[in-house]
Amino acid sequence: MNAFEKDIFAAADTELLRFTTAGSVDDGKSTLIGRLLVDSKGVFEDQLDAARNIEEKKGAKGAYLALLTDGLQAEREQGITIDVAYRYFATPKRKFIIADTPGHEQYTRNMVTGASTAHLAIILIDARKGVLVQSRRHAYISRLLGIPHIVVAINKMDLVDYSQEVYEKIKQEFAEFYGKLAMSGGEVTFIPISALEGDMVVERGSNMPWYQGETLLEKLESTPVTGKVTAKDFRFPVQYVSRPQTEELHDFRGYMGRIESGLIKVGDAITVLPSGLTSRIKEIVSFDGNLQQAFVPMSVTLTLEDERDISRGDMIVHTESQPQVLKEFDAMACWMSETPLQAGKKYLIKHTTSTVKAMVTALQDRVDINTLDRIATPPELKMNEIGRVSFKLLKPIACDPYQENRATGAFIIIDDFSNQTVGAGMISQ
Amino acid sequence: MSNTLTHLKTLEAESIHIMREVVAEFRNPVMLYSIGKDSSVMLHLARKAFFPGPLPFSLLHVDTGYKFHEMITFRDWYAKEIGAKLIVHRNEEAIAAGAHPLKLGVARCCGALKTKALLDALAAGGFDAAMGGARRDEERSRAKERIFSFRDEFGQWDPKNQRPELWDLYNCRIHEGESIRVFPISNWTEMDVWQYIKLENIPIVPLYYAKERKMVKRGSMLIPADDAGNLKPGEVPEMVMCRFRTLGCSPCTGAVHSSATTIEEIVAEAATATRSERETRIIDHGSNTMEDKKKEGYF
Repeated sequence: MNAFEKDIFAAADTELLRFTTAGSVDDGKSTLIGRLLVDSKGVFEDQLDAARNIEEKKGAKGAYLALLTDGLQAEREQGITIDVAYRYFATPKRKFIIADTPGHEQYTRNMVTGASTAHLAIILIDARKGVLVQSRRHAYISRLLGIPHIVVAINKMDLVDYSQEVYEKIKQEFAEFYGKLAMSGGEVTFIPISALEGDMVVERGSNMPWYQGETLLEKLESTPVTGKVTAKDFRFPVQYVSRPQTEELHDFRGYMGRIESGLIKVGDAITVLPSGLTSRIKEIVSFDGNLQQAFVPMSVTLTLEDERDISRGDMIVHTESQPQVLKEFDAMACWMSETPLQAGKKYLIKHTTSTVKAMVTALQDRVDINTLDRIATPPELKMNEIGRVSFKLLKPIACDPYQENRATGAFIIIDDFSNQTVGAGMISQ
Repeated sequence: MSNTLTHLKTLEAESIHIMREVVAEFRNPVMLYSIGKDSSVMLHLARKAFFPGPLPFSLLHVDTGYKFHEMITFRDWYAKEIGAKLIVHRNEEAIAAGAHPLKLGVARCCGALKTKALLDALAAGGFDAAMGGARRDEERSRAKERIFSFRDEFGQWDPKNQRPELWDLYNCRIHEGESIRVFPISNWTEMDVWQYIKLENIPIVPLYYAKERKMVKRGSMLIPADDAGNLKPGEVPEMVMCRFRTLGCSPCTGAVHSSATTIEEIVAEAATATRSERETRIIDHGSNTMEDKKKEGYF
């Protein structure tokens, strides 16, 4: 690394992109992540040496790349990824967090978990095999979880002689299928790569002069990290009410929380939901001094012009742009527990900062995540199954449809006997 | 004004959100404070999270008796400076019995002075949530660690029995006796930590800065030689210009050759480092891996 690069590397004002990769060992997912880490210098020599030592003992050529992302004992024994692993690397332009998830159907819940925080998804397709059932599954989950950018990385191009024809055929096949996904939005980009040889990952290589688009890393560096930030989307779930009651702060009452979407300014007219109380923003308090405005995803403290009865679980929004307040809704749910979800059962729902008792009133349908067919009124949802479920809550919550707002449309389902997280839900209406 | 945050401000906002969830949802949380750079960043974030109020929890330091004296001096000064309540816990029984890595072996020494001491301290305080400054980029078993990590009534970690963690919705529910370890800076890397220390001017223990120190070379490691008890027969100390990338117990923490005497120089060094920071931690090498230790209740 030269002095110029070093200087940029020390810069602290780059952006952060979270992305997810879904795929199995056969797709070369671990090799791709290893390649990204090695070529962007996200791996230290001692870690590289350790992986190379293992490769010498038992691996095939290039196996050290996959070994870099080796996980827990149980996973090493089985040679598969089970749980979500988080990996980190940086380039002079950006910092990245990868949620590395398994690709097999029996780990759908782990894929859903990894996708929940991602802003971009890499779907790996083996160029020799084309669009498989699992590619469709990964695409469906990415869209269901509302990931705005999808990169279809057509891998192992080295094994098909870097053929443009193969690439075009897979691209067309995927685009046809994707168009039929009844979910709007989402940008799709296709990139031909060889994770093993490195072509079009970080370096362009010389094998695919016919491809003029961005390399995978260029795409990761250029994708916008946030959508448009607007005042109308302002959503502020109250996490904690600060009342220090010290001598200097005797009357201080601050509402602490994280701006989940949108933007707020001092003086703005606000409404508190579900109560409907109104006031204006008096101050936006922070350790670094009061702010005039704040936006997603900042964690701030708001004070209001009027003294109001507000507690954890309430949501502060702009008076002129309010979410729905619902006691009943339908949601797409992904089930994560060995005990199936059934109509009539009661659970707890954690939605933003409120935890509410809820009952499943009906199972509308189940999605066959391989064919994407919908099976009406199934008796139950088993682990890793996804379907449309009707909920009725004990108390109303302020929420938006998930496809419009990921933060206020999402919830987790908790079993109040075992305390386990048993499912994830996305409000549809 | 651009409506995009830098990566450091994004990470800061996430960590603050996590700590506020802890304080809002748990009955009796505590923050583990190890005096190192990661702890220093976590503590700084906690001050931001609850500003203008005071910290709504105590700091807990598990002292093995082998921490560098510079660390203890710094700890006491800084806790007082920011008005934090500090609890120090030591496994006095094991310390009195002369537990030392050269005598017991690293695994047993850590087990007594760190793991047991931590579990005892958490039980004594009746804490239901303990925040710690571990990062996922540190070690491979940590890469799969949750931000809210469930521990059974023995304080142990079962990698197969962890709760799915989606969006920023953390399940904080536990039964009596169970607890949660919370890692608010899970998503920070070593580089992020150093850049943030520089950006925010966070005070750190002077051991992180390079100076001439009395050290002994053991294999590829530089081990502090201030304490004669750290020496093996035949080892001869020498003065070396060096600094510490991570801080643990003095017999088990290696230094690196360095001339970085300012935070700017440390950030530059971190940016071009070719070896991982855990390489200087003896506890990470050997048959008892971090995964094994975490299962037993280690941090």
